[in-house]
Amino acid sequence: MSALFEFCLRMGDNTLVLGHRVSEWCGHAPVLEEDIALANTALDLIGQTQMWLGLAADVEGQGRSADDLAFLRDAWDFRNLLLVEQPNGDFGVTMMRQFLFDAWHLGQLETLIDSADDRVSAIAQKAIKEVTYHFDRSSGLVIGLGDGSDESHARMQTALDLLWPFAGEGFEADATDLELAGAGIAPNPAGLRAAFDARVEQVLQRATLSLPESRFAHRGGRTGARHSEHLGHMLATMQVLQRSYPGATW
Amino acid sequence: MSKQWPLWEIFIRGQHGLNHRHVGSLHAPDADTAIKHARDVYTRRNEGVSIWAVEAQHIAASSPSEKGPLYEPSESKVYRHPTFFDIPDDVGAM
Amino acid sequence: MYAQMVKSEATQDDPDKLVAFQARIDAGEKIEPKDWMPEGYRKTLIRQIGQHAHSEIVGQLPEGNWITRAPTLERKAILLAKVQDEAGHGLYLYCAAETLGVSRDELTEMLLDGRMKYSSIFNYPTLTWADMGAVGWLVDGAAIMNQVPLQRTSFGPYSRAMIRICKEESFHQRQGFDIMMKMANGTEAQKRMAQDALNRFWYPSLMMFGPSDKDSVHSAQSMAWKIKMNTNDELRQKFVDQTVPQAEYLGLTVPDPDLRWNDDKGGYDFSEPDWAEFFDVIKGNGPCNVERLAARNKAWDDGAWVRDGLMAHADKKRARQMAAE
Repeated sequence: MSALFEFCLRMGDNTLVLGHRVSEWCGHAPVLEEDIALANTALDLIGQTQMWLGLAADVEGQGRSADDLAFLRDAWDFRNLLLVEQPNGDFGVTMMRQFLFDAWHLGQLETLIDSADDRVSAIAQKAIKEVTYHFDRSSGLVIGLGDGSDESHARMQTALDLLWPFAGEGFEADATDLELAGAGIAPNPAGLRAAFDARVEQVLQRATLSLPESRFAHRGGRTGARHSEHLGHMLATMQVLQRSYPGATW
Repeated sequence: MSKQWPLWEIFIRGQHGLNHRHVGSLHAPDADTAIKHARDVYTRRNEGVSIWAVEAQHIAASSPSEKGPLYEPSESKVYRHPTFFDIPDDVGAM
Repeated sequence: MYAQMVKSEATQDDPDKLVAFQARIDAGEKIEPKDWMPEGYRKTLIRQIGQHAHSEIVGQLPEGNWITRAPTLERKAILLAKVQDEAGHGLYLYCAAETLGVSRDELTEMLLDGRMKYSSIFNYPTLTWADMGAVGWLVDGAAIMNQVPLQRTSFGPYSRAMIRICKEESFHQRQGFDIMMKMANGTEAQKRMAQDALNRFWYPSLMMFGPSDKDSVHSAQSMAWKIKMNTNDELRQKFVDQTVPQAEYLGLTVPDPDLRWNDDKGGYDFSEPDWAEFFDVIKGNGPCNVERLAARNKAWDDGAWVRDGLMAHADKKRARQMAAE
């Protein structure tokens, strides 16, 4: 498996899985305006998935499509961060997950727009406009709810404590990352950590939330070595039609 | 029942060079959020390049009973409209 | 329709004002929120626009049921965008109702405790992917029949909301028919799904227009006020005449043995839906009434801390600004 193929899966699976999670809110959000905004985020992420998995399929050259990759791989072949497969929880967990992901995603895209691979750079240039807005929105909500009522503050702190151990996985580097970094195609993730920390701390301070001391990080999502139990259930739902009616056109 | 988010009136500039136009309303707790909501609600189909949000309670509106005094005087000032003037065809486009 | 069997309110206003008001409507003028209007006009509109808005919001649920199971990335995006539009339409309509002096929260509470209704159609389940096709094709098709004329309704904010909605709605019915075409031309299983969806949604779609109202005083009043533009029977006939050829194009059978073209009237003769079932659904005994209301109640209750938290933050921010000035 080529490093670039692997990298495209990592990007595309993140947006696929998170886009799916966010789409689960449709019709159930706290207020109509939020329902509409959440759907916009999900739609952006699905669009980015089409681009990343489309490129993955091209790079692989085996005749598979973006849809084949999304709907016909099993959990162990998924390469998303564990963070994005975590269940929605309450609105606070959903927004904290979004915020931590956006902060990572934005840093990643900022370097990818200068990728030595034009195709990667083109996707990043389109995605970064959307993700800049995502980060702006999720930051605003983390601040608003963190520095809101006693209840919203407590819920946001709980969400942060729950999700923080999933924030570090995006900065682990393996052989794939080193190869791509050497070729100037994608950054070494370890180098993105400082900017991420600065971004996150600035928002959390305004949100009056305290960052957990521990830097412990769960890992296993982006390598596919060990996903959480949640991913399999999500895929069982997401892939049901493609699995039940092989070869049908929709 | 807890306190409802205030109502905001949303104005969008559809293209560079045009006026902002009232497109509708929405609810938001504050101005920043109102603008974000307006982006999500009213520009889903690339409708805008600039957004104004005004809290509805701050809009001063004329009352319908003043309709006569406010607007009718301008109806009689027909000379404000270019069609009032007969310009000879020889003069050319004007 | 999205607003079914809306009772008009009796009006006890000054007869001279009523005559002048009716004259404005007859002259095609739009009534704006600050204009004088009969109390009955205002109350009937709140009920109608509110019901219409509730239908959009509850209407997110049957289609939302399939967003996470959409079979391709493109279908997922299209369906999500469509259901998102429905939230938007609900929002526009609530705003129109708010200009009449009722708040969105008050309307929401009335939906949640059952004082206000939403369209009967959304109490039916969506059981297969073909239902996404049938809902877009039939349910949105029926809704459009009603909404296009409502763009000319006499109340300005309602009319403007309907204009915006109709502009956005045009893609909804097309995406539904597109799904049906794929299914009807697909595998045996897909064809079976498509026929099954038509079988289940045909009569509930006909019910959307409401029972015949040719003798209804409420409808006559609403039509005089131009907040209802056509009779239920007119719209139902138009819907059948438009839809039957489309079903034939798909190679599907409309589940009505008595359906046939009538040359004399230039339209189809067709069977009435089971009105006893309709009244059961309206009373709360449809297949999904309980789930639909429970889902809306849960979203509202679970969201309370979010709405309150963000409001508390906005208040704090304002207080800090004031202190700084």
